[in-house]
This record gives sequence, structure tokens and C-alpha cells, in this order.
Amino acid sequence: MTTERTKACIIDRVGMERTLARLAAEIVERNRGAGNIALIGIRTRGAPLAHRLAKLISSLEGGKNIPVGILDITLYRDDYLISRKTPKVRATEIPFDIQDRAVVLVDDVLYTGRTVRAAIDAVLDYGRPDRIQLAVLVDRGGREMPVAGDFVGKKLVTSPGEEVRVHLEEVDGRDEVIIVELSSESA
Amino acid sequence: MSNFRINLQQTGWHCLTDERIAFIGARLIDPQINLDAVQDIIIESGRIAHIGKFPANWQGERIKAAGNIICPGFFDMHTHLREPGFEHKESVLSGCLAAAAGGFTGVACMPNTDPAIDTPGIVQFIRQQAEGQPVEVHPVAAVTKGRKGEVLSEMVELAECGVTAFSDDGSPVASAGLMRRAMEYAKMLKAVIIEHCEEPTLTANGVMHEGAFSTRLGLPGWPSVGEELAVQRNISLAGYTGGRLHIAHISTRAGAELVRRAKQEGMNITAEVTPQHLTLTCEMLTGYDSDFKVNPPLRETEDCEILLQALADGVIDCIATDHAPHTDDEKAVEFIRAPFGMLGLETALGVIYTKLVLSGKLSLTRFIDAMSVKPRQILNLPAATIAVGAPANLTIFDPNLKWTVDRNKMNSKSHNTPFHSWELTGRAVGVVNRGIVWMIKQALLCYPEQSEVSRPLFQMSASLRSA
Amino acid sequence: MSPHNKIDLEPPVLTHLLGLDGVPEPVITEILDTAENFLAVLERPIPKVPSLRGVTVANLFFENSTRTRISFELAEKRLSADTINFSTSGSSVAKGETLLDTVKNIEAMKVDVVVMRHWAAGSSKFLADRIDAKVVNAGDGTHEHPTQGLLDMLTIRRKLGALKGLKVLILGDIAHSRVARSNIFGLLNCGAEVKVCGPATLIPREAESLGVEVIPDLDEGLKWCNVVNVLRLQLERMSQGLIPSLRDYQRRYGLTRLRLEKAAKDIVVMHPGPMNRGVEIDSNVADGPWSVILSQVKHGVAVRMAALFLISGREKDEG
Repeated sequence: MTTERTKACIIDRVGMERTLARLAAEIVERNRGAGNIALIGIRTRGAPLAHRLAKLISSLEGGKNIPVGILDITLYRDDYLISRKTPKVRATEIPFDIQDRAVVLVDDVLYTGRTVRAAIDAVLDYGRPDRIQLAVLVDRGGREMPVAGDFVGKKLVTSPGEEVRVHLEEVDGRDEVIIVELSSESA
Repeated sequence: MSNFRINLQQTGWHCLTDERIAFIGARLIDPQINLDAVQDIIIESGRIAHIGKFPANWQGERIKAAGNIICPGFFDMHTHLREPGFEHKESVLSGCLAAAAGGFTGVACMPNTDPAIDTPGIVQFIRQQAEGQPVEVHPVAAVTKGRKGEVLSEMVELAECGVTAFSDDGSPVASAGLMRRAMEYAKMLKAVIIEHCEEPTLTANGVMHEGAFSTRLGLPGWPSVGEELAVQRNISLAGYTGGRLHIAHISTRAGAELVRRAKQEGMNITAEVTPQHLTLTCEMLTGYDSDFKVNPPLRETEDCEILLQALADGVIDCIATDHAPHTDDEKAVEFIRAPFGMLGLETALGVIYTKLVLSGKLSLTRFIDAMSVKPRQILNLPAATIAVGAPANLTIFDPNLKWTVDRNKMNSKSHNTPFHSWELTGRAVGVVNRGIVWMIKQALLCYPEQSEVSRPLFQMSASLRSA
Repeated sequence: MSPHNKIDLEPPVLTHLLGLDGVPEPVITEILDTAENFLAVLERPIPKVPSLRGVTVANLFFENSTRTRISFELAEKRLSADTINFSTSGSSVAKGETLLDTVKNIEAMKVDVVVMRHWAAGSSKFLADRIDAKVVNAGDGTHEHPTQGLLDMLTIRRKLGALKGLKVLILGDIAHSRVARSNIFGLLNCGAEVKVCGPATLIPREAESLGVEVIPDLDEGLKWCNVVNVLRLQLERMSQGLIPSLRDYQRRYGLTRLRLEKAAKDIVVMHPGPMNRGVEIDSNVADGPWSVILSQVKHGVAVRMAALFLISGREKDEG
């Protein structure tokens, strides 16, 4: 039996707003405008984050339309054949040509880097972008692959017994990032 | 012979050799003389010497048999012993062992061997193989030479060497004209024609009962009407010729009804049914398990019920096993390609007793009548009776013994039983015939004082050696 | 339990794909939903995913079938699986090695999935009971052809939105058709209604026990249905004495433009191929506005990808 306990709230509703605004500004700045940017959110929580960032970038850039795609990485996972359960494959929606674009992958938490690896592979099967960048709300360390975030909302140091939970209005009904402690209870 | 002794030891059988043996306290049942009583029975020199209270000063082996039933030896009139030609599936010896293990003291073996049983030489060869066994083997000879359905076999000569029944079993005699002549010719010899009733133009390629399940499984069907037409044809021919017809392994309600009607009209025809056709249905084929593939095929629940009714009220005369051994390799192929047939000798008693007798659907007396008495009558063989002075031809079974069928623990050379893992009540614990008393190991538990049998394995009673 | 613990995992009970008989609606829906995503993959510049890298699939065809084999092979390659092919006609194997030995030999080369087409009903079940590899039935005699059933269902779903409540007429040689059986089982499990139509000699005994109605008149059937699935008429049915001639069959059961126009409604026409044009289906129907026959072919690859993908992801020893 595993129990969990909320250890700390890292980002609250206001903090989330502020963090995303900063990320949007950084993305625009690094790419010298929004001219060529396309955002691709990684399912599940990367998708609403991508839409929010697109809105923020658009308002920074005078209402310019920023293309947003959603990526499901199930088919690119490296643990598919060894996992105990079959994950559901869900739709990938990239309704624009990514050729020569600056693609910004968006995800909620950067941890092992495996998801990002899979996402890069997936994106490349849609064409050859000019560059791929990575925006994450939280980087919790614990990398198992040489992956780094280009735009990071908050950097944390966590232990394996902890989990970072991102809650978003669109999915969970509220905006917050918390750390929970997991412990195995002996009977 | 030596081979067989080793088999006996391996499979847990012991042979009591004393020429004076008493079974104490068993329930004796013989429907032929309305005997049903708990009495002691003494066998001396292979004959029943005494029935009644155990005489105080009698000397000899005593076997405590309380709780067991002793009845006239079971006889299976439809067995495939596979020898000559298919000894990898079964031999006369291994078949005898399986028969004894199932409580049978006699079998009639079918002629679909290679070569077919169609000459006195082969008949005698088979009998020789069974010599010295407590199981008598009566070969059924082919109706037509080589079972090819072309010309009649030499029935006169075969009858002279003791054949009392003819059959092309495995396949029907397809030509009505030839069947007519066979019945006429056999009638002259007072022999019975045993017919596998199948109209081949309706059953070509069929591997299971045609109906909802063959449709679901996409397997070619063997329709009930294929049996019905053949039964009707043969009844008509028997009526026309006056020949003796016995219908083998009847499987359909329509077939049973035709037999009922013919008997009501006073015709001298007989019929048998197998344990599988009484207890298994085509629904059991949904896993494509070829151990359930048999000809005629397993039918529907309603067929089972009507066949049981017909057996209970005597329209169907007897139970026969259609024991048809095939090796696992032969069966482990595509269902369509697998051979027809299932084992029967070792499970018949347990299956019928558990499913039909214990459930009250078939009386114990009728069960013994259908297992022992009727088959010998149909084949014109001497009756086995429980009477003082008669040769001891007995089956001893424990009606309370619970056991589980295990396809890997068969005395038969093959394992193709559809009853694998069935939990049964009722099992043979011994047979007595031709001067030999065989007891299965568990039975020795009730053997008084002595724990081991230390005498030579068996030795026939001289008085019966030539019987 | 927080919503986060609810990972999006709905493991379907799909160790092997032997048939659609008894496969519940959620599992079928899961396969079809997955197939929809593979359809999108097939539209991409690089129509291939790395999901089954390292998985070896053996395509064993004991009966000729070019299109099913090609469809499976393409599906396997699109998933990045390694494939080996074994083809033989039924009778040549009969003389020597048994089916079991043949397959065990191939399996010994470390094969993870066996896709088998065989002339004998039940042969894929026979294998699945005896080998360690996962088995996909690519047609077993006159029993089932589950991926064809699934691709037909995907085609109907994409064309008409949902399966529940739809009326599907299956036309032709029902008795000998594995396509008919898989369609019947799958569609009924998903809540569609199915009727079968064809000459009495080609309707299996007690067909109603499958849950379908037999409707002997094609015009009546067309009036009733939303979809008609036309089966291929094997020419050997004539020599078997089941129909007098193709001409006679065509008169009553050939799907013609005239009949469709007479029905005066929108009917989707399907055919598993290969077609006998002018026998069970007229060219102007097969190539006309009713027809979705070429979509079926496209959907076949996606459905087979979905089946292979979902099967490979599961441990064999799991429930």
C-alpha cells in the first residue's frame, strides 16, 4: 500500500500566470520574434500549456496567430514492449507544416528526458524543422538522457520518493504545482 | 506373455492366483436371475462354487469386498484394438489391459485393422494375442473383403471359426444392394450385421454435428439426417431380408425413434449407444480439441436426453464404448485433419455410473444389463451369470470410489480421452474371468492381514484353460 | 486517488487475435480507435513509427492470399517490426511436416508474433494453445478473419459515424465465409444489426443462432440496410453443386446498380476483394458512388497495425 502526502506547493495560481508570462517572453526573445514559431504540446498536460503559451505569445506579438499542435508519444516510447500495461494511443494533431519552423515542444515536467527524446523523434517524422526547443513548467532533475530545457519555469531538486504534480485548470480544475511524498506502508 | 506381466506391475494390477478365493460381503447383482443381495461368493478352480453365507471351515484366499458390487463381467461389443496394423495406437494386449482396468471381461473388436479382419487367419491371430488374459476377445469380421464395400467376405468360413458378427465399422456399407445380400447371407449363418449408420453423400467432409456450433466454428457439418437415413435404410433392409441388424453407436434422436418404432412393430433389431453420446455434446468442440472428434459426432443435449430415455427403457439395448485409440501425434494436427475416435474402455463405467446411475436417470440393474447381459445376447455368446457351477465371469466395482480421469495415466497405449480431469465416482476394482482373478491395488487395502501378494503373478486354472 | 494516478491505460484483453467471437465491444473499440491514429500516421511524410523495433513477426501463409499478406507486411514494416515470410499451399505440407512442427521451427528462430493464414478452421486457436509467440489469425478456413472484420467495421464507422444501431446486410456465400463470421460477431458485439442474404445452399445451418436474421430476398434486404457487405463467390461452389451457375446466382444475388437505385436510399457498398465483377457485384456499383471498397484496403493496413501493436505490448502471461 502506497500513501502520499503533499509536501509543498511550489507554484500557485498567480505564480503559474507569472511563470508562463515569463516563458512566453523568453521564447519570443530567443527566437527574435514570433515569426517562425510553432508550439507543440506533449500530451497530456503539455497540450493546454502550449495553448496558453501561444495566447501569451500572440498578445506579445500584436495578435499574430501562433500555430499549436498536440503530440502523442505513445508510439515512440522506449518502454512500450516492456511495460506491463498497454497505454492508449491517442491522436497527434499537427495541423501545419513543420518544415523549416522553430518548433517549441511544451511539457509540464522535465524529468528523465525520455519523453522529450520520443517527442523529438516523433516531430522529425513530420518533417525537418529549422530547430527544436523545449519549454517546461518544471524541471525536477533526475535526467537519464542528455536533454536540457531551453525555457524552464522552475527548477527543483527532488528525490525519487517524491513526485511533482502539475494541476491545470483545463484538466484538473485548478492551477498549481505541488510536491507529494510517496511512502510504502508496511502492514 | 512376459511383456504383459511387466505391464501389470507397472500399472498397479495384481493377480491373485489361488484357486480358491472368497469375496466376503459384496453386493451381488445379476439382472438375469433377479439377484440383488449382499452375500459371500466363493470361486474354486475358476467356477462359482458357493453363494451365500461363508462356510466356517473353508480354506483359501479371502477378500473383504463389503461396499463393492459384483456383477456378471462387463462386455464391450464395440472396441478398436488396432492390431494388426496400428500397434502404435493399441495392441490386443494393451487393449485387454485397458478393458480389464475398466471392468470389462470381454470385448468384440472391430475389423478396421490392416489387413482388415476378413480371414480366419487374422481372427485366430487376434485370439492368440489375447490368450491367457482375463479378457476374452471376439473379433468382429468384415462384411466385405478388405472393408472395401465391393464383395462379401467369406462369411461361412469365418463363422466356422467362431465369428458371430460382421461389420465394416469405420465406414458404412454404402451400397444398399450389397447390404441386402450381406443380411441375407449372414442370416443363413445366424450372424448379426453391425452397421455404422452413415449416409456418405450427406456426411462427406463432415467433422462435427451440423448445427449452431458447426456454423459458429466454421467446421464442415455431419448432419443428423445422415444417420437417420442410413438407420431407416438398414431397418427396411432387415425387414425385407429378415436378417439380424445391430445398429452401432447410435447418436441421434431421430435414429433412436426409428429403432423404437421398428421394435414396436416386432422387428428383431438391436442398437447400442456410447458413453460419449450420452454425456457429451457438440458444444464442447468450441476449443477445437480433437480429443472430442468422433464419428458419429457428438450431438446436442436433446439427443443425449432422448438416447438416455431409449437406453433406460430398453429401446437401445446396450452400452458400447467405441474405444478408438489414436496417438497424441496423430491428434495434434488441424481439427479437420485429425482422426475420429476417443478412448472408452477405462472411463465407461465411471462416466455412466456417475452421470446416469448416481443421478437416478438409469437404474443400477439396467446399467448392468446394458453393460454385461445384452451385449453377449446380441452376439450370441454364452451368458455370464452369478450361479453356482457357472464359470466365474465377474466384474467387481466400488460404486463409492472417487477418482479423477487423467489422460496421462491410461492403461491404453493412447491418451485421447475427452473425459480428462473429470471427477468420477465408481471404478472397477477387479475382474474375474478364465480362471484369473485380477485386483487393482487399492482393492488390496481391504485384504485381510497380509499386505503383499507374494505368489507368482498368475497361473491359469487347468480346468478352464481350454474353455 | 488523485486524478494523476489515473494513467491513461485501458489494457484490452488481447493476448492473441484469433477471432471476434466473444470479443467485447470495449476491446473492439480500442482496436478501432488505435487504428484511427495509425491512419493518421499513414498520411504523414514519414508513414512509419518505431513502436515495434526489435519485434519479429512471421507471416505464415498456408493458403494463397496476396492482398492480406501484403497488407500485413506493410503494417509490420510501418511499425518497424522485422518480418519473415513463409508461404506454401496446404497440401504440400500435408505430406511431410505437421503444422505444429513447421511453426515450432520458425518460432525457434525467436519470433514474437505469428500471423497465420490457414485453410483449416480452428488452426490459429490450435497454434495459440501450443506456442509461446502471440498469434494473429489472418483467416482460418471457413471460421474467422478478424482483421477483415475489424477493417470493415472501421470503414463503416468512419463512413457512418457509429456502429450501434446500424443495419448491415451481408450478401453471398455465408456458409463458407470467414469474412461473414468475423463481421457478424464483431458487428453484433458492437450493437449493430446484421442480416444475411444468399441462396439457401450457401446459408449455414441454424444461421439464426449467430444472432442474425436470414433474408432470402436481396431487394428486401437492400430496403432494410445501411450497409451491404458483398462477399466473394468462390467459383468452386459450382463444381461442388451448391449453385447451378454463376449466371443463375447473379440473377438473384448479383448486386447491380438497378437494384441499388430501386432501393432509393443511401447504402454503403463494401467488398473484401478480390471481386468477381459481373457476378456478385457489377462494375458500376464497385466503382460507383456507393462503394468504399478502396477505403477498406487502406483501413486494412491501419487495423493490422493496431492489432499487432496492441498484441505486442502485452505480456503473454498476463490475464
